[in-house]
Amino acid sequence: MKVFLMHRDHNFEMQRKLPPNEQALTQDLELGVLLNAMAGDDKFLLEVTRKAILSSLIDLDQIMYRQGTLKDCLKNPHVVRDIYRVAVETTTGEKGIWGWYNPYNSTDQILGRSVKVLSLCVGKLKELRGIVDQHAGEFESEGFRALFAMLKEELSDEYLVGVQGLLSGMESSDGTLIRAELGEGNMGTKYALCKQQDKKQGRMGRVFGKNEPRQFTYSLDAQDDTGIEMLSKLRDRGINDVANTLAQSADHVLGFFTSLRMELAFYVACMNLHELLARKGEPTCFPLPLGRGGRAESFEGLYDASLALKLEKRVMGNDLNAENKDLVIITGANRGGKSTFLRSIGLAQLMMQCGAFVPAKSFSSDVCLGLFTHFKREEDTTMKSGKLDEELKRMSDIVDHLSSDCIVLFNESFAATNEREGSEISRQIVSALLEKRVKVFFVTHQYEFAQSIYEKKMPNAIFLRAERKTGGERTFRVVKGEPLQTSYGEDLYDRIFLGAAPSPASAAPVTS
Amino acid sequence: MSFHSILYERPEDGIKGQGPAVPDFFVDLNLNQIVDAIIAGREEYGLRPFFLAPLKSVDAIKYRHEIMQELESASLHDAVQSFSQSMHAMREYRGRSDRILNVYVKQGWFLNALEAYCEAVSRLANDLAALAPKSRGLSSFLEYLKKYSESGDFTLLVAETKKVRADLSGAKYALLIRGNQFSVRKYEGEAEYSAEVEKTFEKFKQGAVKDYRIKFSDYLDVNHIEEAALDFVAKQYPEVFQSLESYCSKHADYLDKTIATFDREIQFYAATIDLVAQVKASGLQFCYPGVSDKSKEVYSHEGFDLALAIKLMHENSSVVWNDFFLKGNERIFVVNGPNQGGKTTFARAFAQLHYLASLGCPVPGRDAQLFLFDKIFTHFEREENINDLRSKLEDDLVRIHIILNESTPSSIIVVNELFSSSALPDAVFLGKKVLERIIELDAVCVYVTFLDELSSLEKTVSLLSTVKPENPEVCTYKIVRRPADGLAYAQAIANKYQLSYERIKERVRS
Repeated sequence: MKVFLMHRDHNFEMQRKLPPNEQALTQDLELGVLLNAMAGDDKFLLEVTRKAILSSLIDLDQIMYRQGTLKDCLKNPHVVRDIYRVAVETTTGEKGIWGWYNPYNSTDQILGRSVKVLSLCVGKLKELRGIVDQHAGEFESEGFRALFAMLKEELSDEYLVGVQGLLSGMESSDGTLIRAELGEGNMGTKYALCKQQDKKQGRMGRVFGKNEPRQFTYSLDAQDDTGIEMLSKLRDRGINDVANTLAQSADHVLGFFTSLRMELAFYVACMNLHELLARKGEPTCFPLPLGRGGRAESFEGLYDASLALKLEKRVMGNDLNAENKDLVIITGANRGGKSTFLRSIGLAQLMMQCGAFVPAKSFSSDVCLGLFTHFKREEDTTMKSGKLDEELKRMSDIVDHLSSDCIVLFNESFAATNEREGSEISRQIVSALLEKRVKVFFVTHQYEFAQSIYEKKMPNAIFLRAERKTGGERTFRVVKGEPLQTSYGEDLYDRIFLGAAPSPASAAPVTS
Repeated sequence: MSFHSILYERPEDGIKGQGPAVPDFFVDLNLNQIVDAIIAGREEYGLRPFFLAPLKSVDAIKYRHEIMQELESASLHDAVQSFSQSMHAMREYRGRSDRILNVYVKQGWFLNALEAYCEAVSRLANDLAALAPKSRGLSSFLEYLKKYSESGDFTLLVAETKKVRADLSGAKYALLIRGNQFSVRKYEGEAEYSAEVEKTFEKFKQGAVKDYRIKFSDYLDVNHIEEAALDFVAKQYPEVFQSLESYCSKHADYLDKTIATFDREIQFYAATIDLVAQVKASGLQFCYPGVSDKSKEVYSHEGFDLALAIKLMHENSSVVWNDFFLKGNERIFVVNGPNQGGKTTFARAFAQLHYLASLGCPVPGRDAQLFLFDKIFTHFEREENINDLRSKLEDDLVRIHIILNESTPSSIIVVNELFSSSALPDAVFLGKKVLERIIELDAVCVYVTFLDELSSLEKTVSLLSTVKPENPEVCTYKIVRRPADGLAYAQAIANKYQLSYERIKERVRS
């Protein structure tokens, strides 16, 4: 029985390896803020969602499958949360049943506990069946319809009754019948617990039957403590196998609930985020993913969801049409929203490729094979290597994992040296990446670099600038515009050092 | 020639009695560490004596090389391994059978032992026949094994063993436990619970499962409950147990002596090959050396100290290899250079290679030509013995004197920092005297010293341990042929600090 809400044909894999740049992505795109908002206090939600967001889907069909499922969730939030509750209650309820972790464990205890766990599960399966019976008609997505159909089929009334019967039969029995053979050293082996013949029939047979089996009986002396212990050991050997099978069955059934919980977790987290953004009045939309290879990034009102979650007021969205563009270079004022813009692009790409909605009025992009970030880092933790060294080493690590149709987001990279050298490094790297069909977004203050690309008048490059109104006022919007030589640092200097036009944000560091 | 031993083609070459005592040089050369590593985990075979007995003829070495090389092939190695495992199991079962008093259980384990023995012999006979080994040792053993495994006695043993086992397996029974009472009867096909449980929850099955079965300790002993149950089973199936009894008494003396000896001796090869494979996995090479009892023109490429390699392997680092050769009338390596530079290691490696070669084992290195010595002598620094009244210098002299008296032109002598505690002129004088004696003797020798003066005598080759040119504090552990001029190290330091003769001239303005 498979849940298959995350993928049409296989389980969501928690153990799957995340991309090698997982940490850099998390840090540079400030994923932590987003994930915490999605998960609330639930560690499990957090972990599943983190894995889902960082393990991008490439296949359009798979993305649409998740979008369909998520749309159903947004339409029926109470039903979905109810099913999730049942899954959580079962998986946590199991842990409350006294376990076999004590050193005196015996097969008897394993047997007993397994029966208890399975009984709990049967109750929960019934509850699940009830929800399905009541609400199945309200769901349209392929994922939910398949799941509900399967639950109806597999958890028939007849089946549930049968399971209950089997479990109660094992708990009460008059004596233990164990079959065995002679194994190594003529000691008993291949023990198996057997069903005793119906008691009444058995007794009748014994009284009236002609072929009553010859049997030898040994009665232990009541003082024979060792013997009593040995006999109970013997019984333990006898039921070892069936106890194992029961415990494994309990695991399997619990596994189903765990899987149900895991396959729903991502959607529950998306529902949480959706509610938070909706409450702020921020728009969201289901993105239109396009096949890889084309260059079709375009959006309206795209904003950085992490920033939106942090701020009280609404945040500024950006528009862009970058069809047929491989290179986007963003220049302009400090604290003008360039980094935020870059983050919003990375985040939207990740959200689109995990099947979620996107923080924008509309969003469309080609899927990428991998998303990489190369952001300027404030601190040099390595001590040994200089800052440029460290930057180049990180770049080299990225190149190790790059292929065509990946995206690299650069944020003020290679600025840890003089502008001429830095520009030359940037130019060489970017030119090589473009030739290898890698999509590049580059926020830079390196005028020489930006200008040299601009002068080439490449049809596949587009230039954006952090908007600045005459008089120095920032709009935090990023608009089309060629690179300019100054970056308005003077404004900031004036504001911070000379106290001109004070604002609450004036204590923030001078970075974009 | 009929088969005698897989280690010695001729009976007279074999070990007599307990075998030789551990020689003095074993500890100096760290050969004890090597042998310990080789035989580790195989204590039951008592292999150490074989590693203490160097062979005396080139042909005896070749006899082992042939076998060892064949056993390095995976298929032969596996065949021997499964044979050994079965024989090991046989001894285990036999031991249990001997220890236990209950007659049914005793007979049960005895049957297990014989099953393992039949399996070991039949399988090895099949495997070897299919692999058709070419070496003298293995092919003549195969001949013997074939004859034995096709003999009437053995085939009868196999047939009867199978029959008794089949009968016993057929004796299925059922235990009914109720309170403090249990009954035994014949099993009548009652349905098992496990199957039904499994079927019921089949639909939930996914992936790997945990094993909840409790591991019950093996039956090393039998308690009275089990005995009682077994008695009842025997009563249910009396014919089966009667035939088991007569089988056991009939085959009490089943073990063939030649096969038992082979089982032990083949471990010499298996153990060596296993260790060699482990060391190879860390990127080092081994070879079957050419061995001569006449020519002292020896060489080795990429040889190394095996004891050190084993130690470093466990620390996940690797040993540095070295080349060496002696040509024409060269007999003596005089090794000079900085402390901790690998001089002693080189000396050990040289002697280890020769010793391992004399056992018929592969030796460290890409290829090698080695000398079959009659005796090895080592003179290494000893912890000073305060009970001994002789001075250290005197002690050194006494020891080297004994060595020189006992050695022959076919001996190998390894000397490590002789007279290091005496005054320099004394050390030079005595060192020269000792070297002259060795030169006269024409023995092969490695002489590790801190004295440059000793490296230019006849028949000697001067070797130097080297340092990294860019960082003279770091030894490379490479030993190269180079005259000892005492300048290499100083030169390197000068370069590092831009203070070489040329650089000082350039830097100092005129």
